[in-house]
Amino acid sequence: MSWVSIGSMTDIPRRGARCVETPLGKIAVFRTAEDRVFAIEDHCPHKGGPLSQGIVHGTAVTCPLHNWVISFETGKALGADEGSVRTIPIKVEGEMLFIGLALKADRAA
Amino acid sequence: MKLVIIGNGMAPGRMLEHLFESAPGRYDVTIFNAEPRVNYDRIMLSPVLSGEKNYEQIIIHGDGWYIKNGITLYKGHKIVAIDRNAKTVTSDHGVVEPYDKLVIATGSMPFILPVPGNTLAGVLSYRDLDDVNAMLLAAQSRAKAVVIGGGLLGLEAAAGLEAQGMDVTVLHLMPTLMERQLDPAAGYLLQRAIEDRGIKVICKANTKAIIGDKKVEGVELADGRIIPATLVVMAAGIKPNAGLAKEAGLVTSRGIVVDNGMHTSDPDIYALGECAEVGGHVYGLVAPLYEMARVAAAHLVDEASTAAFVHYDTPTKLKVTGIELFSLGDFADGVDRHEIVLRDASAGIYKRVVLKDNRIIGTVLYGETADGAWFNDLKKKQVDITDMRDTLIFGQAYQGGAPLDPMAAVAALPDDAEICGCNGVCKGKIVGAIQEKNLTSLDDVRAHTKASASCGSCTGLVEQLMSVTLGDAYNPAAVQPMCGCSTLGHDDVRRLIKAKGLKNIYAVMQELEWTTSCGCAKCRPALNYYLICDWPGEYADDYQSRFINERVHANIQKNGTYSVVPRMWGGVTSAKELRAIADVVDKFNIPTVKVTGGQRIDMLGVKKEDLPAVWADLGNAGFVSGHAYAKGLRTVKTCVGTDWCRFGTQDSTGLGIRIEQFMWGSWTPAKVKMAVSGCPRNCAEATCKDVGVICVDSGYEIHFAGAAGLDIKGTEVLGLVKTEDEALEVIVALVQMYREQARYLERIYKWAKRVTIEEVRRQILDDLDRRHGYYERFVHSQKFAQVDPWSERVSGLHKHEFKPMATIGVADAAE
Repeated sequence: MSWVSIGSMTDIPRRGARCVETPLGKIAVFRTAEDRVFAIEDHCPHKGGPLSQGIVHGTAVTCPLHNWVISFETGKALGADEGSVRTIPIKVEGEMLFIGLALKADRAA
Repeated sequence: MKLVIIGNGMAPGRMLEHLFESAPGRYDVTIFNAEPRVNYDRIMLSPVLSGEKNYEQIIIHGDGWYIKNGITLYKGHKIVAIDRNAKTVTSDHGVVEPYDKLVIATGSMPFILPVPGNTLAGVLSYRDLDDVNAMLLAAQSRAKAVVIGGGLLGLEAAAGLEAQGMDVTVLHLMPTLMERQLDPAAGYLLQRAIEDRGIKVICKANTKAIIGDKKVEGVELADGRIIPATLVVMAAGIKPNAGLAKEAGLVTSRGIVVDNGMHTSDPDIYALGECAEVGGHVYGLVAPLYEMARVAAAHLVDEASTAAFVHYDTPTKLKVTGIELFSLGDFADGVDRHEIVLRDASAGIYKRVVLKDNRIIGTVLYGETADGAWFNDLKKKQVDITDMRDTLIFGQAYQGGAPLDPMAAVAALPDDAEICGCNGVCKGKIVGAIQEKNLTSLDDVRAHTKASASCGSCTGLVEQLMSVTLGDAYNPAAVQPMCGCSTLGHDDVRRLIKAKGLKNIYAVMQELEWTTSCGCAKCRPALNYYLICDWPGEYADDYQSRFINERVHANIQKNGTYSVVPRMWGGVTSAKELRAIADVVDKFNIPTVKVTGGQRIDMLGVKKEDLPAVWADLGNAGFVSGHAYAKGLRTVKTCVGTDWCRFGTQDSTGLGIRIEQFMWGSWTPAKVKMAVSGCPRNCAEATCKDVGVICVDSGYEIHFAGAAGLDIKGTEVLGLVKTEDEALEVIVALVQMYREQARYLERIYKWAKRVTIEEVRRQILDDLDRRHGYYERFVHSQKFAQVDPWSERVSGLHKHEFKPMATIGVADAAE
């Protein structure tokens, strides 16, 4: 796995999200009201809705298409719904954010 | 038989209810009320003062009740004389009324301190609605107020005035607040809680004079301190109003002396309420007064009745939102007494139970009062508590290993446990009524049993009882919380946002005790709307609390692309506009173009990152956002009207465009769709819209509350107006009323059903001042709302929304 720089914490609004395009699909990077950051697949387990477009509350996001609520910490749907998305490792160094990706380049190296 | 009642307060009102129930038609009733109004719930004056309720919500008997029961009510008539020989009473307006039986219920008077300046303008008491209205008027100045008296009434007045924005100081003669109901420890906690709200408290404050020239300027204390104030409220106590009875030669002492059947010294005259004195006691809390009402009614029905009033202690509760306080009985120290005390300083909890001979004689609970009913029950029944002494103070839940579940606690209460202190209603009566009469709503239970119908503080207990009794059949729809983050319903939240002057989402969540740190996807958009509606120009829109559609001003589609709908005013377009749309479709490869039901054009399948460029091109052709995604004004559909149609009666297209140009950009609780038809053939289909206009020869018929979605419903007619200007004003006022009152996501037809069509008509069509008020508030809010969101974003606003934060290729990862 490689740590890839994706930008600064301040690029993301509090209680908001930004997308990162990767060869493995879109990743949604969230910043909570308390400045914690999380990265998950930008693809709701229900019908593929773009989670990065949802309303962020606590450490979860509500999908804009059908209101599934997905936990950032586990990637699992909360409440009565069942399903999960992949969580992606993320770390903060100073203001800078890095996500951990297992890309082909890793295997080649 | 002719029954005359002097006074129209809660006690005689309750007496009449008993009377009409057990002996309908027995008496021909006439009431003289010195106040110019019907019977209302005086206990609720404090919530009216703090802005949490209004007068209409605290009426007990509306005008209809008096008519239904054949009562003659003289409003604003004060009785000045009772002639016991002729058996008549005379009012200050000269009405002379004969009686067979007379009931005196003149209540009490505020105790006005006998100090210089006590009649200056700006010195008020706190007894009735007139006092509250005068205080509300004075509070508009947001200046300084002094409340004299740190008892129940004084503290409620102080909290109310503070909620209205005044700078309040409470002066209290004794060393601690509410010393008659609280011991010093609880009094201290209370003082701290009151001071935390920004109210200053001065104890041991001996008022020497009220100073000022013509109007109040301040209060001078005996120690020489001067507290500046433009409003002084005297809440230092009450005294029974027995003057009229005394002049009529009845026996009086502190109050009008009555026996335990409520008879005065004249067998045809009864007295009850705060003016009556029974067995040396006078009363000011509602429970004993209602008991007097029951007894008096029994004797009016049957002269041989054995109903008798018995003295008992009534628990005291303070009705200040956020302060939990319960006090009962006697709690002075004494050699023959023991006490059990629990303190939790960090949680602000203090509990004290005073025992004599292993029986409870007094209880003070502060901070957590749920066990009040249980302690009251133990005291009333004189239960020997020896066996549970070790755990008594922890409350009912800790006795006998019962689970810590409020439902279980309620279920475990005995049938004769008192639930509603104000109305003396026990558990058995409530459960019995629910089962016998198949009651399923809180309102029904209130109507049949009176439980929680007065001060309302036992509402939670009554609801728990309903849940225990009905199981899943009880659906407390009346108090449906707005989401899992709060126990409050939408209406309460809206009311409290205004009453407490809450101007951002975090303030709402803090003050209204949200259980989550930053809400959820249900409550945040609702709160954002309520704040934007209530504080235009002051509240900054919370962008992260909006649904994606309102955040990016386009409609998200199932595949994550967006659709774009520009405004076409009144459904009218031109070759230039159509050409611009065609160019945009070609340039951005937009896969689908569709004509909408609202007479405009939808471009579907636009990629998010293309949105700003699409808007830029549309903007260059003069288009603005159609708000097709908004909880706001969508379209105003029109037909061609007098411009072209041979049947047209008015310029329906022109009116539609005018409405749309006036109202676009406004946020509303749910989407608002309108239409204007030029004649009753109704080609614009105005009669299934949120608001519709049917033009006729004589003017404009305004319709509203239609639906053509999940529900199908024809509109209701609001009324006919003569001019286009008036039509616009009525529609704007109607929408503003809806904006201010409806729950988030509630369409106009659902809101109107709740508040009733008649009420909307009364406020918008009949009451011109009110209509104009709504209109002005809408116009004011439009100053901040009519900004085209598309051009803002073309200029760079929120540009982070439209492009990825980073794009990672294989090369990046290979480093």
